[in-house]
Amino acid sequence: MVSLSHYLILGAVLFAISIAGIFINRKNIIILLMAIELMLLAVNMNFIAFSHYLQDTAGQVFVFFILTVAAAEAAIGLAILVLLFRNRATINVQDIDSLKG
Amino acid sequence: MIPDIIFYIFATVLVLTSLMVVVVRNPVHAALFLILAFFTSACIWVLLEAEFLAITLVLVYVGAVMVLFLFVVMMLDINLAPMREGFAKALPVGMAVAILMFVELMLILGPSRFGINIIPTPNTHDAGYSNTKELGRILYTQYVYPFEIAAVILLVAIVAAIALTMRARRQSKYVRPEQQVNVKRNDRLRIVKVESEQRTR
Repeated sequence: MVSLSHYLILGAVLFAISIAGIFINRKNIIILLMAIELMLLAVNMNFIAFSHYLQDTAGQVFVFFILTVAAAEAAIGLAILVLLFRNRATINVQDIDSLKG
Repeated sequence: MIPDIIFYIFATVLVLTSLMVVVVRNPVHAALFLILAFFTSACIWVLLEAEFLAITLVLVYVGAVMVLFLFVVMMLDINLAPMREGFAKALPVGMAVAILMFVELMLILGPSRFGINIIPTPNTHDAGYSNTKELGRILYTQYVYPFEIAAVILLVAIVAAIALTMRARRQSKYVRPEQQVNVKRNDRLRIVKVESEQRTR
């Protein structure tokens, strides 16, 4: 039988893959944003699995809010990306060093 | 037994597609694989009886967010060659961190703590149960203020996205309504008395 542990491990695998994606694609902002979306998906998977196995709808409400905030974050992130490309003609993370941080 | 097989099929597809998202060369292909990953996880959420959120994931993510991603990726003219520098160099570090993190999570999330013996499979709901109705009931009563804050966040996102990307063109000519309604007749029209010319003999 599929237990709660299966779903949690699936979420952990997704999270680890997206961490690895951030490491190996650290020059491309678009892939970084996609990896962040993948991470949020892993977190949502955990919330829904707990919500199902503990019979508590509050977990699904949290997933609802996470989806809302993630959509807003993707919209603003892509808007910043378009602005960046328009001004600097690059989306390479190495070239974005105007703040000299 | 059948739900187990379905779960394993979807989980395999999900893990493979998310791997493809991070290793594939072309960002357009990565976005398409991410769409498949979202769709597959929506199927898994249906297995977990979260039907409303599964449909929301397909509608909002596949229908809106990923289309926005694809739109931006295709609109930007990106030179991919410098993006792949250091890929092979960063691969071992990334793999090591990912495997370490996965092993650590396995130690906590393994079957000894969250297995079928500890948390049994809950009873499935009867046919009349509506996940959407239940979620709506709790969302509009207990979580109504967070719900309104979420609406404000979406509004702020709309305003911010438009304000960031809108370019005011300097050459464009347009009417200013406040000046247009305040204009007097004297500003536009001047009556000039002109002497009539005498006929010359």
